[in-house]
Amino acid sequence: MKNRINHLFETKKNNILSVYFTAGFPNLNDTVEIIQQLEKNGVDLIEIGMPFSDPTADGPTIQHSSEVALRNGMSLNLLFQQVKEIRKFVHIPLILMGYFNPVMQYGLEKFCATCKETGIDGVILPDLPLEEYEEHFKKFFLMNHLHNILLITPQTPDDRIRKIDDASEGFIYAVSSSSTTGEGKKVEDFNREYFERIQRMKPKNPVLIGFGISDRETFLNACNFANGAILGSAFIKAVQQKKILKVAIRDFVKSIIPPQ
Amino acid sequence: MQKINYQVNEKGYYGEFGGAWIPEMMFANIDELRRRYLEIIQLPEFIKELDQLFQDYVGRPSPLYYASRLSEYYGTSIFLKREDLNHTGSHKLNNTVGQILLAQRLGKTRIIAETGAGQHGVATATVCALKGMKCVVYMGALDVQRQAPNVKKMKMLGAEVVSVQSGNKTLKDATNEAMRDWIKNPEDTHYIIGSVVGPHPFPDMVARFQSVISREIKAQLLGKTGSEFPTRIIACVGGGSNAAGAFYHYLNHNQVELIGVEAGGKGVDTKDTAATLLVGSPGVLHASRTMLMQNRDGQITEPYSISAGLDYPGIGPLHSHLHKTKRAKYIATTDEEVLKAALLLTRKEGIIPALESAHALAALEKLKLNENDVNVINLSGSGNKDMETYLNAFNF
Repeated sequence: MKNRINHLFETKKNNILSVYFTAGFPNLNDTVEIIQQLEKNGVDLIEIGMPFSDPTADGPTIQHSSEVALRNGMSLNLLFQQVKEIRKFVHIPLILMGYFNPVMQYGLEKFCATCKETGIDGVILPDLPLEEYEEHFKKFFLMNHLHNILLITPQTPDDRIRKIDDASEGFIYAVSSSSTTGEGKKVEDFNREYFERIQRMKPKNPVLIGFGISDRETFLNACNFANGAILGSAFIKAVQQKKILKVAIRDFVKSIIPPQ
Repeated sequence: MQKINYQVNEKGYYGEFGGAWIPEMMFANIDELRRRYLEIIQLPEFIKELDQLFQDYVGRPSPLYYASRLSEYYGTSIFLKREDLNHTGSHKLNNTVGQILLAQRLGKTRIIAETGAGQHGVATATVCALKGMKCVVYMGALDVQRQAPNVKKMKMLGAEVVSVQSGNKTLKDATNEAMRDWIKNPEDTHYIIGSVVGPHPFPDMVARFQSVISREIKAQLLGKTGSEFPTRIIACVGGGSNAAGAFYHYLNHNQVELIGVEAGGKGVDTKDTAATLLVGSPGVLHASRTMLMQNRDGQITEPYSISAGLDYPGIGPLHSHLHKTKRAKYIATTDEEVLKAALLLTRKEGIIPALESAHALAALEKLKLNENDVNVINLSGSGNKDMETYLNAFNF
């Protein structure tokens, strides 16, 4: 079967909305409902956050949601149990995102195999560097038709963007500015030169922009330069503020996707 | 028998440990460092400036002191390498002096650092004052409270001290926050990591700057005993920088026994310990594959030690390698044993050691010491910062 990420980008080229949430937050057993509601409300792609005790690339919002999720008892074992049946009713691509150590302790080979069984399409592990991935882990990803999504930043030189593009399948995750998650620069400070540089390079993979995308304005601005964008911290704040998950998710997605 | 290599390889590994497990946001900075650090620190003018500062500013060479009454007590020969006599009171300045000269040559204008007990923070703030650089030190909120005098010193030296509220508010969390700062400031900032931890090339770079300790021990011991080689060298290990420096020039001399002493806390069989090598397992934290204290799910667990400087759930990859290859032996001493050892040294020699260094002294109780042995203990820091703990413990 074709990877759902590739299928998505073949059928939709613009304004792709990807949403990140931390599994186990706000409550331990919200995972499946969050995924279902996001799909129902028209989100194209979901990144399920695997919480880690020391999220060094994340800002305060995701640090907090990770802390709460771990306190609630979230673990990789439990997460896989929760989403075991997910493919019976959810059809959009699903990605797992988190730090390397919990995956390493679970066992990377077993992790990739479990992803395949569950119907996970991709993985984002920001602290798994390209070189380590290619040397030691790529084979397990390939074996299980799992895409390893790699990041680029404003500091990534052209030749490295090429290398990352060559090593990528699915899409490239372009970090919007020098920041941790949820703390990106305001829309008017957007690094236009950086995004235009990526566009000029014509990468073979689609590009989604993440970090600092927080509302419709920043979302649409990012979509001018890429195939779509990723929201994480803003979504976590939204589900944190409203008591009823269903309502929070509906209102949030409505606030991002432009009216038809 | 195949000769084991104790130097870092070109990918930043010591055996299976090390590497640079960095997010892409840190790639540009780490890549620049790893391409340039060796070339810079081997420049004749760099070496000249570093040596001059070591001598006139740090106060090197630090004495190698024959502790005669302590030797008599244990029925063996004990030398103390007096890193406590360095400016700012510990070995930490050896590294920060080296890294500030490197940062200058990389064109950086802003320095960040993490600190636990505050010794590395003070050493960093000191060299920033010396070179007129902007300095931000991240310190866990709990440590800010516990180590108030060092916080005041850093402020007087002109550093901004950021009290870190995340996690358990100690050294690990301060390190997380410093890494986040570096991600957000990729152009003008150099991160002076305080130990032989973090991504390559930090473990190797810091070990090289600290290696001045064993270089001096060799020359001093030759003068005092007629041989460069002691029976054993004993040093405390948190991240492991003073031990790395004390072991460095002896790594390939297998006749010298190397003993690293971890913080046992309330005992390695309890939850309240920081003895990473003795209770940990391999994992990835702070961009390095090394031994870690963690649970089954790969979440990092909170360490405990009476000494804020050893209160870290990881350890430098070099030590993980020396442990695995059995080149060095690692033991742990408990809070209680450490306090006794600190008082013993104070009363026998008139030297009040740092709590960290007292871990190495406490090891003397656990080792089989022969009359003809020559023992070198790296006295990594002074007890000035620990007076409150000592006063509370001994009820003077």
